[in-house]
Amino acid sequence: MTVQGIGAAVKRREDFRFIKGVGKYTDDINLPHQLYCYILRSPVAHAKIRSVNTDAAKAAPGVAAVFTGADIDASGVGGIPCGWLVTDVHGGPMKEPKHPILASGKVRHVGDPVAAVLAESFNQAKDAAELIQLDLEELPAVVDMKSALSASRTGAGTLVHDEAPDNLCFEWELGDKAATEAAFARAAHVTKIDLINNRLVPNAMEPRVAIGHYEMGTDDHTLYTTSQNPHVIRLLMGAFVLGIPEHKLRVYAPDVGGGFGSKIYHYAEEAFVTWASKRVGRPVKWTSERGEAFLSDAHGRDHVTHAEMAFDADGRAIGLKCQTLANMGAYLSTFAPCIPTWLHGTLLAGQYTTPAIHCNVKAVFTNTVPVDAYRGAGRPEATYILERLMSKAARELGKDQAELRRMNFIQPNQFPYQTPVAVVYDTGDYETTLNKALEISDYANFEGRRAAAQAKGKLRGIGVASYIEACGIAPSSLVGALGARAGLYEAATVRVNPTGSVTVLTGSHSHGQGHETTFAQVVASKLGIANEQVEIVHGDTDKVPFGMGTYGSRSIAVGGAALVNALDKVIEKGRKIAAHLLEASAEDITFENGAYTVKGTDKTKAFGEIALTAYVPHKYPIETLEPGLEETSFYDPKNFTYPAGTYICEVEIDPKTGFTEIVSFVAADDFGNIINPMIVEGQVHGGIAQGIGQAMLENAVYDENGQLLTGSYMDYCMPRADDVPSLQVHTVAGTPCTHNPLGVKGCGEAGAIGAPPAVINAIVDALRDYGVDHIDMPATPEKVWRAINAGATRMAAE
Amino acid sequence: MPEISLNVNGRAVKGEAGGNMLLADFLRQTLGLTGTHIGCDTSQCGACVVHMNGNSVKSCTVLASQADGAKVVTIEGLSSGMDLHPVQAAFREAHGLQCGFCTPGMIMSAADLLSKNANPTEPEIRTWLKGNICRCTGYHNIVKAVQSAAAQMSTRAVAAE
Repeated sequence: MTVQGIGAAVKRREDFRFIKGVGKYTDDINLPHQLYCYILRSPVAHAKIRSVNTDAAKAAPGVAAVFTGADIDASGVGGIPCGWLVTDVHGGPMKEPKHPILASGKVRHVGDPVAAVLAESFNQAKDAAELIQLDLEELPAVVDMKSALSASRTGAGTLVHDEAPDNLCFEWELGDKAATEAAFARAAHVTKIDLINNRLVPNAMEPRVAIGHYEMGTDDHTLYTTSQNPHVIRLLMGAFVLGIPEHKLRVYAPDVGGGFGSKIYHYAEEAFVTWASKRVGRPVKWTSERGEAFLSDAHGRDHVTHAEMAFDADGRAIGLKCQTLANMGAYLSTFAPCIPTWLHGTLLAGQYTTPAIHCNVKAVFTNTVPVDAYRGAGRPEATYILERLMSKAARELGKDQAELRRMNFIQPNQFPYQTPVAVVYDTGDYETTLNKALEISDYANFEGRRAAAQAKGKLRGIGVASYIEACGIAPSSLVGALGARAGLYEAATVRVNPTGSVTVLTGSHSHGQGHETTFAQVVASKLGIANEQVEIVHGDTDKVPFGMGTYGSRSIAVGGAALVNALDKVIEKGRKIAAHLLEASAEDITFENGAYTVKGTDKTKAFGEIALTAYVPHKYPIETLEPGLEETSFYDPKNFTYPAGTYICEVEIDPKTGFTEIVSFVAADDFGNIINPMIVEGQVHGGIAQGIGQAMLENAVYDENGQLLTGSYMDYCMPRADDVPSLQVHTVAGTPCTHNPLGVKGCGEAGAIGAPPAVINAIVDALRDYGVDHIDMPATPEKVWRAINAGATRMAAE
Repeated sequence: MPEISLNVNGRAVKGEAGGNMLLADFLRQTLGLTGTHIGCDTSQCGACVVHMNGNSVKSCTVLASQADGAKVVTIEGLSSGMDLHPVQAAFREAHGLQCGFCTPGMIMSAADLLSKNANPTEPEIRTWLKGNICRCTGYHNIVKAVQSAAAQMSTRAVAAE
């Protein structure tokens, strides 16, 4: 029983139940008399629904009910709402077409839910769904974004939504266009690039599950769901879809098997099982199959970008402009519109002093699965543009890619730093992380290793990427002005129990991040009590205060700050109780190592004694102080936090096969203060693996008819143990965040942001002798081999 | 419906198993052993790995009827009570898990590897585990956990001699 506080590599307390196989995930929950739900999904990308005949399915064995969009419409419930309104470049609102729970009138992507079968077993429901007769009038599928935007020139039937001409959801701009054009006009050199940020499928290992349970006796609804933010789901579904007031709706997300963004959103299946449970008077359980997840979980990325960077004669970046097409898919998922805009354009300064930046984004509807935030969300896309440009420019300018970055860095004495793209960085020290990465990667001796590789017939390359990210999205007033339809604070309640143990109720949600360990470390540090005396409760709207959940690396920066503020309130109340017991003035009482002491004396009371006194207030200042010791804080951040770092990747390519091996991957990150270095490293490892996946393996591919060709693990290439190298991850002492009480910045997404450009820069560097100056992700062996051969052919012809 | 009899985690069990029932579903639904997870539908992810007659198998790819008469060990049976198998302990020590969903299959697969190869190299570990997908850890700490478990188990074996 020791205090393992902030900074200690405490082993995770949640691990025991997971390694013993006794965790409690949503699919492990089964309710008495539950029905199983199977959802029939559209087999085509775009069609008018002529009819849906469910007669045979209703008569099938074990079937209790079959519902279609007509039933949903007749019941008067709403569509799935979008949580972010982007104002377009002309000042109007984005196009926001209805997102039905079950398709009505049209289907708009393969996987669009059309009907739902409820039966006594999952297999009966699935078998019955095959008996549903779906009469569809197929329409041309809108798949490619550029063609989608010219729908008015290509004829009728090519609009995903009639109310969105040319399939344009919105056009958005950020930055000073005139100043940027002026910078380009005086540039000594301009580097240009066209690139694709490939569409990814998040693929948390636990498929989504939703169980609706309506209790007639009390008129209470419960939704068990795989969510990163149960209160957000309660609000969105209760208020905007089903019309259930919060006090009659409980949303519970127990152990959740990974999210990476895909479990932020309010999904149709959640609303359906909640609605259906009341209709049939029994619990209704839906469990996604993996193939279904590929067609119904929101996808990530999918940008097509043209970007240019202007440099002066010394190699200083003086201007950046980029035009991006961002795929929204067929409907607006919960946070979709803010990803390519406020989470993307605002990061285009990166670590550099580029004074003029302009960004134009067109968000496009297509007949594909909706696209929303996936680990990094907008920031990986911005970083990829910027860091590809930097390395490409370095080669064009004949400069070292690390040194070109260094000479453009914002300097430590320039903070707080106002970028030309709306945000103010509070702190940073970019040379420190660059130097650390150069040192660990032995960058100085790379050319020797390149020559050695060449001698054995291999192509070796090195890639640098210096990323910045914005975490802990905030403050509420700012995000409200930018279009968020919610606040982005976090809540924590610290409940001190009578004998001195502590229960923390947090609005943050842990689905792999280890909050039960790290939040307890914060409490142990502040109160000076043993970690085992602290319990962290999350995920149940009936227990925890209204909070916004976990995404955007916000848990410790925002949720942790709320926790600290609540702890401070507890400590202050305890000080008054201690003052009474010790017959001293509160100003003379110190609180250290779990004890209140009268300054300069040995008169002291342990925290546990104060807790007991608060609940057994026999000798207590009852006239001026309420009994009990429980405090809540809602923390609204003053700014984003800005973690940053440099990643260096070294690859070796076999020119005969295009097979690329990552021989070294180094990460040097500045996350500000660190609560648990073991967990921070683990977060970086996972992020880098996902970044390597994007750069080399993963791609969601649609054919021209809107069929997802990569709809299973047989053809969507997930990173496996032998695809990912051993990683060298180093967190520098860092520059603490200046505006939250822990000085923390967040570490959840950095790896996925910094890794893709580091990998691609390395591959392009390895192929430099073949005249290759870009290769799109994923850089598969085939693509690398083709680039080598095209280069060799071109050079032979010259 | 046909009935099967098998030994699961040291206990004799019986249950109905229709022709198309998978071992994974029999374990989860009939026996309530929900530590065995289902993460895909193409036998790729490995979250459902259990031991059958001493070998790791993906229980989503074994019919329950094929397990008739077999000896099956699931994650719940790898150690008893509050005890931990060395592989379980090593996963916690090395931070070899995050969300925990792939973990039971990963641990069962790793335990089988170490029963067949007491001292695997890093490439051998990575190759063996390529049938188990983890989205959280980047495999770095999983590999470390398996190496550490191997060292731990060989120390114990030496001590026992």
